[in-house]
Amino acid sequence: MRYLPLTDGDRREMLAAIGVGSVDDLFVDVPQEARRDRPVELPEHLGEMEVEHAFAAMAARNLSAADVPSFLGAGAYGHHVPAAVDHLIQRGEFLTSYTPYQPEVSQGTLAYLFEFQTQVALITGMEVANASLYDGATACAEAVTMAARITKRKKVVLSGGLHPHYREVTETMTRFLGIEMAAAEPDWRGGEDLASGVDDGTACVVVQNPAFFGHLTDFTPLADACHAAGALLVVVVTEVVSLGAVRPPGEMGADIVAVEGQSLGNALNFGGPTVGVLAARQKHLRQMPGRLVGETTDVDGRRGFVLTLSTREQHIRREKATSNICTNAGLCALAFTIHLTLLGEVGFARLAALNHARAVRLADRLAGIDGIDVVNDTFFNEFTVRLPKPALAVVDALADRKILGGVPVARLIPGRAELEPLLLVAVTEANTEAHIDALTAALREVL
Amino acid sequence: MADVDATLTGNRGLALEEAVIFEQDSPGLSGVDLPEPGPGNDRLGGLGRTGAIGLPGLSEPQVVRHYLRLSRMNYGIDSGLYPLGSCTMKYNPRLNERLARLPGLGGLHPLQPTSTVHGALELIDTCAHWLKVLTGMPGITMAPAAGAHGELVGLMTIRAALEARGDARKRVLVPESAHGTNPASAHACGYAVETIAANVRGRVDVGALKAKLDVDVAAIMLTNPNTCGLFETDIIEIADAVHDAGAFFYCDGANFNAIVGRVRPGDLGIDCMHLNLHKTFSTPHGGGGPGSGPVVLSAPLVPYAPLPVVERRGDGFALVEHAGDSSAHPLGRVKGFHGQFGMFVRALAYMMSLGSDGLKQVAEDAVLNANYLLACLKDTLSVPFEGPCMHEVLFDDSFLKDTGVTTLDFAKAMIDEGFHPMTMYFPLVVHGALLMEPTETESKATLDQFIRTVKGLAERARAGDARHFKEAPRLTPRRRLDETAAARNPVLVWRPPPAQAAE
Repeated sequence: MRYLPLTDGDRREMLAAIGVGSVDDLFVDVPQEARRDRPVELPEHLGEMEVEHAFAAMAARNLSAADVPSFLGAGAYGHHVPAAVDHLIQRGEFLTSYTPYQPEVSQGTLAYLFEFQTQVALITGMEVANASLYDGATACAEAVTMAARITKRKKVVLSGGLHPHYREVTETMTRFLGIEMAAAEPDWRGGEDLASGVDDGTACVVVQNPAFFGHLTDFTPLADACHAAGALLVVVVTEVVSLGAVRPPGEMGADIVAVEGQSLGNALNFGGPTVGVLAARQKHLRQMPGRLVGETTDVDGRRGFVLTLSTREQHIRREKATSNICTNAGLCALAFTIHLTLLGEVGFARLAALNHARAVRLADRLAGIDGIDVVNDTFFNEFTVRLPKPALAVVDALADRKILGGVPVARLIPGRAELEPLLLVAVTEANTEAHIDALTAALREVL
Repeated sequence: MADVDATLTGNRGLALEEAVIFEQDSPGLSGVDLPEPGPGNDRLGGLGRTGAIGLPGLSEPQVVRHYLRLSRMNYGIDSGLYPLGSCTMKYNPRLNERLARLPGLGGLHPLQPTSTVHGALELIDTCAHWLKVLTGMPGITMAPAAGAHGELVGLMTIRAALEARGDARKRVLVPESAHGTNPASAHACGYAVETIAANVRGRVDVGALKAKLDVDVAAIMLTNPNTCGLFETDIIEIADAVHDAGAFFYCDGANFNAIVGRVRPGDLGIDCMHLNLHKTFSTPHGGGGPGSGPVVLSAPLVPYAPLPVVERRGDGFALVEHAGDSSAHPLGRVKGFHGQFGMFVRALAYMMSLGSDGLKQVAEDAVLNANYLLACLKDTLSVPFEGPCMHEVLFDDSFLKDTGVTTLDFAKAMIDEGFHPMTMYFPLVVHGALLMEPTETESKATLDQFIRTVKGLAERARAGDARHFKEAPRLTPRRRLDETAAARNPVLVWRPPPAQAAE
């Protein structure tokens, strides 16, 4: 068995050194009734080729968004990831290291996390960022509990433009913490009024920019209303590339920003793993969840990096920690930071501009098809269209033509007649002019 | 000390210094060539960015060199023995990485029509099946993103089941040797945490446990094998007592590697257990994630598992994403989309590669390697609890008494010898703990070299050479770092030096 270096001779020598007759003698503390004398009922070991064949067969039963025109978004975006990213994250020293508890042998991980934190702070317009969380949805839930701790309040207002998964995760993860959640109706037309729901018991208002339905909003007035009532504004960003073109949450008065970073460096992976991250104002630093990397010096006076402010964390503070999180999304954060370093100031802005320009082009094309309404006045790279038929059926018909035409709103918010005709359409730099032609032609056929 | 090896660059041969990216900025450069967006009106509604972001510009070769140099400042499993106790730093097969990158797997969007992803659903279902058979448990949720997330989701499932029967309970019992995530997860589930003492054998004190069990206890969280590397011999008696009190038995599965393929937790009376795919099932730790923490469930808990759920229907599979489409009482959603799919690919590839026979051998070799360390080091280091141990072995620091050398110093000296240190000062039940987990993917030759090194260092400490340890490590890219200063004046983002900022 190729992953096991001990030979039978080694095993005999080692058992002799231990002073036992067989390996069974090392399992004597297991209650007799739970000891098994035979392997479990599963297939026996396989060679690398046989395993490859089995996985190729499973992969062949899927239609890959990477292989066909795809306009799927809704919180996961198919961007082009430069070759260097995937090569570098597979360096064994990155891939096979643990959380950097021993800084002298982890300066590589610590340095890139410090750079990651800095990049996130810059693009969100915030002062500090952590070293990653699981994903955007759980980051949103962490932002809410963080806001509740900071304000010592229990009421939370969720925008109707918040991604339904983010709303559901936030509701589930705070269900047993006595937090009172007020979720607004799905705001597919944009322009909801949240400020009137804020009072002196409100911990935070959670909004998303661009919204789930694609709209862009200046949240400055809402931030002012929150702050006047002693509440915080949490801004969620599910498409991080938008920050290359859109005014960042930090310039709109956000107190905490929860980001899904999948779009930079990370494949779609059927939705996971991805990378969540929180950014915040400096004054809230000690209430942040997760790892933080800080700069310091070694005994020779040279700059180095360490995990810091660990007294917030579970391995020190146990039940009094700011979160139970331990393992986060280190390698996905590495992919994110390498991609953003490759892009740089100019490349990030151009990538965002390109996404927007392609989306505008498709929106204009779709608006020219009889029966299709483009709902949004504003958007970044994703917008909502209203179809003359249920979007679920349209998407199935497009999939039969090997086009992944968008995400029906009813897939995420079922059981509401007014949402059934709505389709979310996302466009990235990976969508060619030929993709746009294929989608518009296919839509004319199926509508 | 006078540094005869000082160089002009600060580099030392193959050990290369590297500045942060922000100090390598050539404004205007980019490592990605993208087409011009072309002319046209924007639809940003006046919310376009104004002003620069502050990201540095680098070309592709500069970027590749930067991260390659950083990588060389890290120690990984690929570099050498990484005996970090309770972390199961085993070899991460490269086949798994290749398979996770197949376009038909890694390229899938989570919201494609279900009819286009039957292979992916089959993969999730197959991975779930292997994990259920290996644990002997009837149910599983694949949703949790990591071990600690699995703990919290497991406890929330327990709480939902209790509340459904109108049984609001308030406390969770956690042994003092537990991982810090256990009490933190219980707290995040709204429970009060109560600690149970260990006995002199390093196990849960069953008497102390029974004394605390009452109608207010929702669950006990027990790690088995525990963090002292010992199997909880009274586990079935504990399970019976917990169930008699109407509570649930949560097992922290971080140490499943000791028993995988040999002992099924379902045979021990466990109700709920997370599996760290990044430990037992070889998915890479990646410098701190991503992990994956599926939770296996006993029959009473299955109806309360979170969404989504993959169900077999006829020849195909269905993805249940909404409570309204479920015949059960799901907890709700705990993460975006469908769990850490990319980790399921890797874990399933690992399980299929080893098979039922190989996985059993994994547990046996992991336990054999740990007991070999115990046998060879017990006269050199100090052993707080009688063996045999399971997959990891615990020592305390009494062998360092009066040497002036601490556990931390000893660990730093191991770094100079080319080993990653063991887990230190955990578990908290012994003084100055050194917890070593070699895993099954280390050869006897590597273990023998490690044993010789530890013996040599212990001899040096006892010979009075404390300075050697206090000054260690000497041979790393950075020597000991000032963690106090880092916490006192947190610098978490790079800022341009004042002169540069003023320009």
